[in-house]
Amino acid sequence: MTVNVNGKAEEKAVEPRTLLIHFLREELNLTGAHIGCETSHCGACTVDIDGQSVKSCTHLAVQCDGGEVLTVEGLANKGVLHAVQEGFYKEHGLQCGFCTPGMLMRAYRFLQENPNPSEEEIRHGMAGNLCRCTGYQNIVKAVQYAAKKLQEPVAA
Amino acid sequence: MNAPVPNAEARELALAGMGASRLRKEDARFIQGKGNYVDDIKMAGMLHMDIVRSPIAHGRIVKINKEAALAIPGVHAVLTADDLKPLKLHWMPTLAGDVAAVLADQKVHFQMQEVAIVIADDRYIAADAVEAVEVEYEELPVVLDPYAALAPDAPVLREDLAGKTEGAHGKREHHNHIFTWDAGDKSAADAAFDNAEVKVSQHMHYPRVHPCPLETCGCVASFDPIKGELTTFITSQAPHVVRTVVSMLSGIPESKVRIVSPDIGGGFGNKVGIYPGYVCAIVASIVLGRPVKWVEDRIENISSTAFARDYHMDGEIAATADGKITGLRVNVVADHGAFDACADPTKFPAGLFHICSGSYDIPAAYASVKGVYTNKAPGGVAYRCSFRVTEAVYLVERMVDVLAQKLGMDKAEIREKNFIKKEQFPYTSAFGFEYDSGDYHTALKKVLDAVDYPALRAEQAAKRADPNSPTLMGIGLVTFTEVVGAGPSKICDILGVGMFDSCEIRIHPTGSALARMGTITQGQGHQTTYAQIIATELGIPSEVIQVEEGDTSTAPYGLGTYGSRSTPVAGAAIAMAARKIHAKARKIAAHMLEVNENDLDWEVDRFKVKGDDSKFKTMTEVAWQAYHQAPPGMEPGLEAVHYYDPPNFTFPFGIYLCVVDIDRGTGETKIRRFYALDDCGTRINPMIIEGQIHGGLTEGFAVAMGQQMPFDAQGNLLGNTLMDYFLPTFVETPHWETDHTVTPSPHHPIGAKGVAESPHVGSIPTFTSAMVDAFAHLGMTHMDMPHNAFRVWKQLKAHGMNL
Ligand code: FES
Ligand code: FES
Repeated sequence: MTVNVNGKAEEKAVEPRTLLIHFLREELNLTGAHIGCETSHCGACTVDIDGQSVKSCTHLAVQCDGGEVLTVEGLANKGVLHAVQEGFYKEHGLQCGFCTPGMLMRAYRFLQENPNPSEEEIRHGMAGNLCRCTGYQNIVKAVQYAAKKLQEPVAA
Repeated sequence: MNAPVPNAEARELALAGMGASRLRKEDARFIQGKGNYVDDIKMAGMLHMDIVRSPIAHGRIVKINKEAALAIPGVHAVLTADDLKPLKLHWMPTLAGDVAAVLADQKVHFQMQEVAIVIADDRYIAADAVEAVEVEYEELPVVLDPYAALAPDAPVLREDLAGKTEGAHGKREHHNHIFTWDAGDKSAADAAFDNAEVKVSQHMHYPRVHPCPLETCGCVASFDPIKGELTTFITSQAPHVVRTVVSMLSGIPESKVRIVSPDIGGGFGNKVGIYPGYVCAIVASIVLGRPVKWVEDRIENISSTAFARDYHMDGEIAATADGKITGLRVNVVADHGAFDACADPTKFPAGLFHICSGSYDIPAAYASVKGVYTNKAPGGVAYRCSFRVTEAVYLVERMVDVLAQKLGMDKAEIREKNFIKKEQFPYTSAFGFEYDSGDYHTALKKVLDAVDYPALRAEQAAKRADPNSPTLMGIGLVTFTEVVGAGPSKICDILGVGMFDSCEIRIHPTGSALARMGTITQGQGHQTTYAQIIATELGIPSEVIQVEEGDTSTAPYGLGTYGSRSTPVAGAAIAMAARKIHAKARKIAAHMLEVNENDLDWEVDRFKVKGDDSKFKTMTEVAWQAYHQAPPGMEPGLEAVHYYDPPNFTFPFGIYLCVVDIDRGTGETKIRRFYALDDCGTRINPMIIEGQIHGGLTEGFAVAMGQQMPFDAQGNLLGNTLMDYFLPTFVETPHWETDHTVTPSPHHPIGAKGVAESPHVGSIPTFTSAMVDAFAHLGMTHMDMPHNAFRVWKQLKAHGMNL
């Protein structure tokens, strides 16, 4: 299969049953996305495929053939943190950090779906991702921070 | 022109020391996908282990057939208890003085118990091999109810203990009995009841729950047969203890065992114990001479690792007619599952449950806890709490509510009346705890004012009077005292090792610092907080202080992170180590300034000559001097180690208030308001404290409002995925309001008490208090958790309240 991951073309032979999360973590050594449940409930494995948030634990690697995958490792641009990463840092949106890559990838896509969300919309839009440490309140703030920052005019 | 010397205040700000909401140092790697969790670790030649587990809860193993599994290409070994027997590794000691099967030895005791392991080239092949191992069982009667387990004709669950009348904690009265442990003064308590004007009693069940950190348990074990060295990366809250146990079990000298806890994806007590999977991966690595990785899946995690609670409690309170409590009696039957595998200080088999007199001045009290074996996974772990304080607080808070209801008193009023008063501290409870400090009245007033309590009660009265009100309104109020900082080695040890903790600080010539700790963070932000303590103690900016922990080959011995002990114990060790360095630095500064050390004042980051502000040496200058040219006769260098054995526990406290609206049609509950005031003494990093409180409250919400571990009559756990087991999402989780007072601990070097578990301990009874309060006018005094919509709807129906 061929797949573009974080802007890099990869050509790999995979067993048809290989899950995307295992392909990313074990074949490509991209260990940012985590496995918390393997049943599509926790969202720790969330990555972005062709412009959609996908739980990579229940997605076969071959389903991405020819596609574009973005993982947390590809979120920062040339060492500059993405607004959602900055938001999580500034607003204390993480504790153990295990859910964080999935949260960031969901927040990244969610803010493209809804650039100016209310708190309630954030809570619903992020509800597919579980966190056991933070109680979500600061993650909501982190997403609000990112939303604001993404709407600032870009300096020339 | 010289830049003006910043004043002391500006310099203090620059340190980002204690009291600063310093952003977390650890976040950089987590937000860029560069965390290093156990499952991220790869080693050359690494194999994968998977576990064959029992589908039944109780039965004899008739036969295990490995042939089909071994025939699968890529499978290296299939091991059972019989293979571990020659190594004497088929049973292991538990942290509670019991033994547990590593792999089921002739018999299985609970569903999902470990029966065999397979080791293969990758996790897919290993999973195939697990399916191919054929195990034949002969089923035995299943015992799930701890009361039934104590019936004379109940089946013998632990045949390995047959005939043993002495357990690790005294006499065994029955073949399924583990221990009976009691505390307090029984005859004084009985006398209080004999003379009481008012008595109330209540039975309650604190259900079995699972801590469920987002990262499951796992390890990567690597044995080097040439050097005889074992390295294991492991999801552990207590790596040093694991090393000691592994060494004792394997016979490998402790100095050749290296245990590393890398980044840990949440612990909550689930990662304190030593699980068969860890031991098996280590054995597999020794047998095969290659690194072996084992990471459990979520179903395995929920079904087989460290449950919590499952306390069946009977509480009784004696009081005067005007509401002064005169006596407390408690009887508990504790379901510990198949093996007594909880981590508790050796001398307290029921943990610190006897803190159950709470925040109240109760003259006479007695508690007794009976531990019982059943066919459930080994349980009784301290989940986000210090050894059973969660159960204790739940009990006493429920009982005080029951008493208030009986007397027609307000919940706030009865608490105020019975609180230990500020001037009574240090206060010795009827169970012998010496509470260090507290100011409960001030805290309660602050909360009641903040929420306008009288207005809430008036609103509730109006709703109760209105037969058409679509909701029932309930107000929960809990005033709790935690006991953390385990603990003083005179009373607290695990496997005989005292529960001190440790810190080693090295100041480098250029004035940066490295601190190594006996604890290990699982999200608490140690790297940030610990550095802040050093910054304040030594006047070095937090930014240049590196904190390391979790690697037994570099960190000093410590008992790990659980029971909110990091700040009370390790935090104290840091301060004490820093003070040793400070004392030496003072001598060096005095030498440099050619004055007597008594003529120096310390100010933020420097020693100043008394009365002359222009003469000073900063800590950075002193550090250079310590390596460059120490005073004559003084050993060069600037470092110190401190092992801190606390003189006492610390007793943080809090007052929580919750308002619920219950839909009379559906039984669904809306948490309208949750106000949490915590007092953890000195606050090191307010931002991190608040984060810990949000997290603890959310876990408390889950326990009270939805978590359930339902078993059918055969002992099948019916909810072991995240589909069935309730972990709240963004949507259900309430909004939290936090507040604080500050009452430092008088015996802690910096006055800090520990906070992370308070919100869990305090919130759970608050939710129940609010739920029961909604029904209180109908005569309800208690209802068991979880308060999910179906169960609440049934209550509405029973009380004729459903619309
Ligand atoms: S691991 Fe994929 S959703 Fe939990
Ligand atoms: S930060 Fe630990 S699970 Fe979210």
